[in-house]
Amino acid sequence: MKHTELTLGPCLFNWSESDWRDFYFKVADEGDFDLVYIGEPVCSKRLPFRNKVLPDILERMESAGKKVIISTLALVTTKAERKNLQEQCEQDMWMVEANDLTALAFLKGRDYVVGPYINIYNEATIRSLASRGAVRFVLPAEVPAETTAQLIKAAPEPAYELQVFGRLPLALSARCYHARLHHLSKDSCRFVCEVDPDGRDVKSLTGQDFLAVNGIQTMSHGSQLLLDELPALAEAGVNAFRLSPHTGDMLAVGETFRAFTQGNIDASEARAKITELMPNHDFVNGFIHGQPGMQQVEQALDLGTDTPH
Amino acid sequence: MELVCPAGTPAALRTAVDAGADTVYCGFRNETNARNFPGLNFSTKELHQGIDYAAARGSKVLVAVNTFAQAGKTDLWREAIDEVAASNAHAIILADLGMLDYAATKHPDLRAHLSVQAAAANADMINYYADEFNVKRVVLPRVLTVQEIAAINAEITCETEVFIFGGLCVMAEGRCSLSSYCTGKSPNINGVCSPPGSVKYEDRGSHLESTLEGITINQYPKGEAAAYPTLCKGRFESDGEVGYVFEDPVSLNAAHLLPQLQQAGVTALKIEGRQRGKAYMAQVVKSFRTAVDAVATGRSVDLDAILAPLTEGQKTTKGSYQKTWR
Repeated sequence: MKHTELTLGPCLFNWSESDWRDFYFKVADEGDFDLVYIGEPVCSKRLPFRNKVLPDILERMESAGKKVIISTLALVTTKAERKNLQEQCEQDMWMVEANDLTALAFLKGRDYVVGPYINIYNEATIRSLASRGAVRFVLPAEVPAETTAQLIKAAPEPAYELQVFGRLPLALSARCYHARLHHLSKDSCRFVCEVDPDGRDVKSLTGQDFLAVNGIQTMSHGSQLLLDELPALAEAGVNAFRLSPHTGDMLAVGETFRAFTQGNIDASEARAKITELMPNHDFVNGFIHGQPGMQQVEQALDLGTDTPH
Repeated sequence: MELVCPAGTPAALRTAVDAGADTVYCGFRNETNARNFPGLNFSTKELHQGIDYAAARGSKVLVAVNTFAQAGKTDLWREAIDEVAASNAHAIILADLGMLDYAATKHPDLRAHLSVQAAAANADMINYYADEFNVKRVVLPRVLTVQEIAAINAEITCETEVFIFGGLCVMAEGRCSLSSYCTGKSPNINGVCSPPGSVKYEDRGSHLESTLEGITINQYPKGEAAAYPTLCKGRFESDGEVGYVFEDPVSLNAAHLLPQLQQAGVTALKIEGRQRGKAYMAQVVKSFRTAVDAVATGRSVDLDAILAPLTEGQKTTKGSYQKTWR
């Protein structure tokens, strides 16, 4: 397969301070990722806990020689959120992943990554943002492979990254659904989202697994798993594949993807290994095939770019 | 405050203007606008006729080109922008950053409003849009309290418009893929949410069940009125808890908040519902015309009795405008 980077997206869940720190220490020491995104994209109420341990993590990452990008909040409203975002954007040490266009107000004259929460659907938007400093685009979950290929063709200059593992971010709200499910308000949430370190399942009344809530975020129940699709995506020019952190052995999931992208194991071996490592995940891949995201599509991804290697 | 009313059809536009709308917003009959439903919206000719009708009665027309342009098909969006620029529309409503860039560069005299689909929820972001793309008005997403809106207005130079009545988006607008996850059709890409083609109602004997693309969205015991199965207003189960996880099937009604919104510095009040019929439109617009005029002269009018039959499930909420909603 054409060379692609393997990246670790930011942890989206409310892991305890120590779990969060230990996870990233382990990633720093043993993780095989080309880029590691660290930050709190979902809820600003979790920011104080993240900011407390972040310096230690960054130091550890730096001494391990890891490339780090600071991932920023996806829905910015309050004064405190704006101030924190401004500080993150204006520091000189690390590149930033902008998850809300607010960040652009603070990133003038700098290079940055456009995160999956910013609406990127066409080459005009890519060009407009690239002319304003964006060097890499992590495309929104719902963008199909065909669109991705068209974007890269029309605007090949920036780098492109896609999520290939983990629950998909679907929506953000002013309201905290975790708090609501516990009959609490967002302001007095008691951080109840911490009891669901992979999000809380939401089923239909007829028992269908459907969605998951993670604080103010709504996610897919299904976990994205793209493997068979990766060669075609790499051939189309996708530069990086992102794994979204979950509980369980993420480092081993990363190693499995690495082995697969390097051609050391095939897709079915990789799928079997990941299924074993993440037994609680139901895998989906519909979005990339231009189908409802909740579907698992078995047919091959044909982008008309496949060449024998 | 300016009263901004929806028009899904030329007839609805005339109804809204006759009922007292200061401004009417509408869109083209294609994927460039976020209410891309069959039987709705305007051809270029109908738009020109509508603008003439409104102008003759002192009303303005805004044109929404507020979906995100699709890769490889951006010409459709550019042409829509060119057509609005060539018309006598008061302003264009845009969401896509690439299209805002195009409009600002190609048609610098075309007044641009930022669609709610762009979800600009703070002063830094709004000022950024105003500086970079010459945006004159921002439609605020339904994630803010009245106090937060007042604080934003104190920090920005452009105008703000807020939703006061109609369907309630529970998620930050323009940043929701729930419909896409379930049905493959999305507000951002296709201009639809929970599309009718994916909806089924089935009688299960003891109850009526509504599904969206096979996913059960609600079950109604005999006698309970069934709402349209909008995803975020479905009844679900989580860890044994059964109920409306995201939001009840309610409508937004901020009629009681008009004085506060005026104090918060809001320029325009928006009514949602381009898919609504003429009779509904006439009643809602007339009611809010009375209320807005009353607020302007320091009086108050009770709209509850008039508006109650027009709201979804006869239930309303002040939504995010009230902090307790969160």
